[in-house]
Amino acid sequence: MKTICLLVCRSLRQHFLSTAVTSLSIALAGGLWLSVWAIRDQANAVFTKVDSGFDAVLGARGSKLQLVLNAIFHVEASPGNLAWEDFEDIQSNPTVAAAIPLAVGDNYRGYRLAGVSTNLFSEIEYRPGRRFQVFSNGRIFDPGRQEAVVGSFAARKLGLEVGDTFHPYHGLTFDPEERHEETYHVVGILKPSNTPADRVIWIPLAGLQQMSGHDPKAATDLSAVLIKVRSPLAGFRLDTLYNKQGDRLTLAYPIGQIMAQLFSKVRWFDRVLELIASLVAVVAAASVLASIHNSMNERRRDIAILRALGARRRTIFGTIILEAVAISVLGMAAAFAVYFAIFTVVAAVLRAELGVVLSAAQWHWVMLWAPLLMMGMSALAGLAPAVKAYQTNVAKHLAPVS
Amino acid sequence: MSLLEIHQLKKSFASPDKEVRLAVDVPSFSLSECEQTALSGESGSGKTTFLNLISGILPADSGTIRIEGREMTALSEAERDRFRASKVGYIFQTFNLLQGFTCMENILLRMSFGVGKPDRALAKRLLERVGLRKRTEYYPRQLSTGQQQRVAVARALASRPPLVLADEPTGNLDSANAKESLSLIQETCEENGAALLLVSHDPTALEQFASRKDFSEINRAQQEE
Repeated sequence: MKTICLLVCRSLRQHFLSTAVTSLSIALAGGLWLSVWAIRDQANAVFTKVDSGFDAVLGARGSKLQLVLNAIFHVEASPGNLAWEDFEDIQSNPTVAAAIPLAVGDNYRGYRLAGVSTNLFSEIEYRPGRRFQVFSNGRIFDPGRQEAVVGSFAARKLGLEVGDTFHPYHGLTFDPEERHEETYHVVGILKPSNTPADRVIWIPLAGLQQMSGHDPKAATDLSAVLIKVRSPLAGFRLDTLYNKQGDRLTLAYPIGQIMAQLFSKVRWFDRVLELIASLVAVVAAASVLASIHNSMNERRRDIAILRALGARRRTIFGTIILEAVAISVLGMAAAFAVYFAIFTVVAAVLRAELGVVLSAAQWHWVMLWAPLLMMGMSALAGLAPAVKAYQTNVAKHLAPVS
Repeated sequence: MSLLEIHQLKKSFASPDKEVRLAVDVPSFSLSECEQTALSGESGSGKTTFLNLISGILPADSGTIRIEGREMTALSEAERDRFRASKVGYIFQTFNLLQGFTCMENILLRMSFGVGKPDRALAKRLLERVGLRKRTEYYPRQLSTGQQQRVAVARALASRPPLVLADEPTGNLDSANAKESLSLIQETCEENGAALLLVSHDPTALEQFASRKDFSEINRAQQEE
């Protein structure tokens, strides 16, 4: 085995350029494989678990998914408003543990302003035992003042610090022409929560409802109500109450299941990505075959010499197969670097756009099966040149080259 | 008992025009232990095929080849490979060193195919003996032609074989190097107790051997042509 390893190492070195190019193609294919599977599953898991501490969202009649995306992920427009009385109704429902009114409709340089009650900070645990907290140099806003608490990501991107002031802009997308006259004072920066809340500028509910230029008739309306129920059964009862018996409002419950439905709707896209990644892997494995096969003519003499020295056919065969596998091992080692690069970019985009955090270092079975499968495919690709090497005519290839 | 005994050895090849051509037809040939014999013959006379049959690189069509009493023609290919690795040293006209390996590795590789573990100390001694003590880690391309031939000699003796075959070993060397190289082959074989069977068409090389035979007298196939 030691001899075979030495032969493989030297052969890889002798054919350095083709080894490097083939390994690179495997690295790209492997990196793509790792990225598609790991990002898809991790995103799936993260999106179905990100509920920011809530079980349900109540909003105007419409799409449950739109409600969740708007109220939990702070993307998408609100499907419509609901009246303050609707909030009071659900707040007084004995099965509801907490109800947080939410109003949206303004932004500051593209980062969404969300009007909420201070209960969000005092009552809600966005993860068990974890509440939204501000850094020690700040505080939660006073509901009666034009004050803001800025999510950590938004604060970093906007360069906002405690003591800064800003003018909100109307709408959910930034338009310099749509500036509101009100001036808000930053009184706190939220500690990172790794939830979509990090991308939001939180202001008092009344502040957003009564912003200059907003329709005075809708001054008490809400975009949604974020709800924590006392038990899963209570959630299903509310679901029946609002979605089946009622026809005016929509209750999105449970949040994770609604996000899972989103992923099931775009499953076809995952399949396309998987297919592309797999095809690239097949092409990469074929490049191993091409690389070794193309060098067989120059190898023939060395093979004949080895055989003349006493190397058995199976030793030669094993050497070629092992070389193919070694190329894939080198490639897959580099594939992890490609994976980390792709993952870092995707994670940064998701963090910026949706506030969810993915980790490239998180274990996924693809990290085991992708290298093994690639090694298997490469070994298979090495079969044809290995057979050719196995059949090398020793006497013919030992003859002096004239 | 002879080290090498050959009886009724025949080998034929299919020519490009599909005709079967008898290349080797040796009724009888033998070589004693430590004997050094040179076979002379023109190019294409079947000398190389004869050596390839003895070494087991080529299978014989019929006949027997015994080395140290072991019947080579009865062995499977894998067994012949192993036997060759430990019992037969081979020196080629073009040296056939592995270019991607150092002098030391070329020798260790040869040892690794035989019986037992590669002996680095022996490899070093052999390289010292052929005058390459300071070039053990050189690659063949970094050596002169004469030096490459010396590595080939050391490699042939690496597994302490009882028999060394040399196929036109001076064919690629100038006359000065050829004479020196041939002396080295003869001396090292003698020192290591190995018999030497050399084939060549170079009269100068043949002159260095006390025992010389004309291959055309041994090979009936050639006589028939």
